[in-house]
Amino acid sequence: MSEVYVNGYFVGEHDSPLELIKALLEKRRKNQLPSTMNVAYHEDKDEVQVNIDAGRVRRPLIVVENGKPLMTEEMESKLEKREMSWDEVLKKNIVEYLDADEEENAYIAVSRKEVTPEHTHIELDSSLILGVAASVLVFPEKNRGDRLNYGSRMAVQAIGIPLQNFLQRDDTTYNVLVYPQVPLVKTDSMEAVGLESHPSGHNLVVAVSTFYGYNVEDALIINKASLDRGLGRSVAYRSFVTEFRRYWGGQEDMACIPDPSVKGYRSEEDYDMLDEQGIIEVESSVPEQGVIVGKISPLRFLGISKEIKMGLQNFRDNSLTISSGNSGIVEKVILTSDAEGNKIVSAVVRDTKTPEVGDKMATRHGQKGVIGLVVPEEDMPFTADGIVPDIIVNPHAIPSRMTVGQLLEIIAGKVGALAAKRINGTVFKGEEEKIRAALKYMGFRDDGKETLYNGVTGEKMEAPILTGITYYYRLYHLVSKKIHARSKGPVALMTKQPTEGRSKEGGLRLGEMEKDCFIAHGAPITLKERFGSDKVSIPVCKDCGVIAIEDHIKNRTYCPLCKNDVIVNVEMSYAFKLMLDELRSLLIYPQIVPESS
Amino acid sequence: MGANCSIFEVGVIIMDESVIQNVLGLYEEKIDSLDISPKEKTALKLSLKDRYAKMRYDPGDAVGVVAAQSISEPATQTTLRSYHRAAGAGLNITQGLPRILEIFDARKVPVTPSMKIYLKKEYNNKDKAVEIASSIKETDLKHIMVMDSLDLANMALEVELDKGIIKQFNIIPDKIISAVKRKVKNVNASVDGNKLIFEIKKDKVTIKDLQALRFKLRDVHVKGIKGITHCIVERVGDEYVLYTLGSNLMKVSKIEGIDTSRLCSNNMFEIAEVLGIEAARNTLVMEIIETLRAQGVDTDVRHLLLVADAMTQSGEIQPIGRYGLSGSKSSVLARANFEETIRHLTDAAVYGLSDDLNGIVENVMIGKTAKVGTGLVDIAMKTQKKEKPKKVAETKE
Ligand SMILES: [Zn+2]
Repeated sequence: MSEVYVNGYFVGEHDSPLELIKALLEKRRKNQLPSTMNVAYHEDKDEVQVNIDAGRVRRPLIVVENGKPLMTEEMESKLEKREMSWDEVLKKNIVEYLDADEEENAYIAVSRKEVTPEHTHIELDSSLILGVAASVLVFPEKNRGDRLNYGSRMAVQAIGIPLQNFLQRDDTTYNVLVYPQVPLVKTDSMEAVGLESHPSGHNLVVAVSTFYGYNVEDALIINKASLDRGLGRSVAYRSFVTEFRRYWGGQEDMACIPDPSVKGYRSEEDYDMLDEQGIIEVESSVPEQGVIVGKISPLRFLGISKEIKMGLQNFRDNSLTISSGNSGIVEKVILTSDAEGNKIVSAVVRDTKTPEVGDKMATRHGQKGVIGLVVPEEDMPFTADGIVPDIIVNPHAIPSRMTVGQLLEIIAGKVGALAAKRINGTVFKGEEEKIRAALKYMGFRDDGKETLYNGVTGEKMEAPILTGITYYYRLYHLVSKKIHARSKGPVALMTKQPTEGRSKEGGLRLGEMEKDCFIAHGAPITLKERFGSDKVSIPVCKDCGVIAIEDHIKNRTYCPLCKNDVIVNVEMSYAFKLMLDELRSLLIYPQIVPESS
Repeated sequence: MGANCSIFEVGVIIMDESVIQNVLGLYEEKIDSLDISPKEKTALKLSLKDRYAKMRYDPGDAVGVVAAQSISEPATQTTLRSYHRAAGAGLNITQGLPRILEIFDARKVPVTPSMKIYLKKEYNNKDKAVEIASSIKETDLKHIMVMDSLDLANMALEVELDKGIIKQFNIIPDKIISAVKRKVKNVNASVDGNKLIFEIKKDKVTIKDLQALRFKLRDVHVKGIKGITHCIVERVGDEYVLYTLGSNLMKVSKIEGIDTSRLCSNNMFEIAEVLGIEAARNTLVMEIIETLRAQGVDTDVRHLLLVADAMTQSGEIQPIGRYGLSGSKSSVLARANFEETIRHLTDAAVYGLSDDLNGIVENVMIGKTAKVGTGLVDIAMKTQKKEKPKKVAETKE
């Protein structure tokens, strides 16, 4: 007896589950049951799962009956000419949607050729075995599986044209590629996905060579002149927002060029680029931490100071500045208001990012690397035709990763460029022989190799070198946004230890496990030096071990408990002093017993 | 460090010559048998002595941290698959990371207790081995019966025994009945061929009673050692070795024909109880080493010896962790740093404990130089003070 579940709820048992499924499917195909219903039999658990609820991912497949696909080739051409509608196909149950469960019971053929009587379904198109993310890959059937995984994951990080209305938007950050190109080697599904109108890379001339070893460990050598021509150039947009609030007593934030009498006034040139309303002029260049919007807010705490303040003296400077590590040119300024009617100013700053040493680039075959050297064009190798590669990749990147598809893309791209047409690299549809033959026809070696000449000496290189065109992504990871070092800098208020994180100019934490390493090496003095960032000298009462009070006015240090001044200074980390304070809040009375010396 | 070093006042560490001589003695013969000139031989011995002295840990070396890192770093590198077939025939003994955790946590009973049983020479043949195996393996009534059924006409329970098994293991039906009577009271039993018939001594016997009896009888222990669910005979070299699932050292060692000197179990607590703490320490080392080696981890034994020593030095097996070694450190701050911070601190407050700041963690916490490695030594300089007249003290005595 197998159990039967509908939408995950147990409804009963059945003697012959396979017949039950067959009957249900027949009814569905006769439109007596909803087409959204999917049925599956789990042999291992001996249960039937019927699902008609929402939220299941389903995909269309052509039904095969007795070894014959219900969709004839004639129908396909009719569909293409729009003489037949998709609804009709669905209504006639020529195509049905399967969910993940039912797919487990189906036997799906990839192409028409391989259909046998055992098959239950056939793919609409062989390339549909790949999902949206993997549909950008070219010649995937020639690569190892993990490379496809990496490749499609990196395609997501590519800088391109994310949205076509980016000029109208003011998102916090977005990157746009300056001269995006559509790939020479394309796939069928790219258009359907929208990648033809949102391209995200460049077709680059690639030479597979070593070039003095500057591209070891997956580095890339890049042509300086190509960079000057705009290779991989992108614009990073970043918006900065400020809100003008209203406070109790009719006070409110004001946009203006702050008056020098305002508390926290910067300097005259800091407000140079603001117009009379205190808002920056469009197309002005803002330096790091430069002011975008001049804003003054009423002082939060009044009354401590003895003198009476007048007018603007009761305000403090609260201007909007660019956060540290950012600079650029103001693209646009948006004035609007929020739901409560508070004024909002948002300024979008643009910064052009030219690829530099350390930036990351990748192909569609999971071959990523960082730029290792930028070489002047005159020093780059060149072919007999005078073609100078944009990029030189290291040959060691290929054998261990077995990305044969990349080699084929280099050749296919070359053919595409020479013949001025785009080559199809869809799964199972790439035609290697044809591509090679075409290259040979155009007067090149059919393996894509060419004789290169040393750019410095002009000597002919001994070995022929694979040269062709590959589509390269520029990935979002830019060194300029990651590079970070610190020798001295800000500390956290509470712990007196260095701040954490690049944005706060922080240090790099030496953690618990690193500490263990220093101890294992027997170097506790080095360790003390590393951990000494929050070192303080605390006055402690010698009698009761309590932290003493330093009275600078009376110039006296005394114990708060026994009032005497037998005090010793004890050196400790501030974090420990903080812990002692926290212990006191737990009603624990920790005493420091100074070594009697 | 250790018993063989002595620290002189000047701070020079002299290694006990005898230790080096002992080690050299092991290789002396080998060096002497080499086909090299006597000059080269002495040079070799000297360099061996030198290397040996260099390889020793220096005073102040953090051996514990090094041991911990030497075990845990390679352990993260391997996948440490948890199931691995041991003993060929298919006993599933816990392996890999779960087993390592089990050992270091010193769980009282391992998930899969197991024994390795060697036989005495005169018992070392296949028939005897199988016989011993069958006498070790726990056999319940349910293992030796074909079926049990209710005889509703006579309100009795019929148990049909498996002829083959009974014959093979030489089980006498009367023995079964006495075993049943030991477990279940108020039952009359009789033998009818290879059927056993049980009746309940009661006026009104219901079907419910019979059913209850039926399930009770199935678990009646007939033969073998309780807890040992499997026993497999395997040929290792020219010997027959028994592998078991389930462990009972005490009872197994009483069975005749077993080589008790080589009998071992993977349950260290049982070993500690039966054979003493030293044996348990050895088991501990062997178990860790076997588990690590099975995963291809090549950690030096000496690290494991150190851990095993630390775990057994109190005379009983202590786990590493909250309720074991880390939880029993003498320093309040070190304990608070590890786990259950607040409990340790409040307890220290209640009992008025003090911390002498001798350990490493404490000193790292307060920002002082920890007393390990280069921090162990200090410059000691005699300042020329005027010596106090000692006469006063002497006269007072
Ligand atoms: Zn005091």
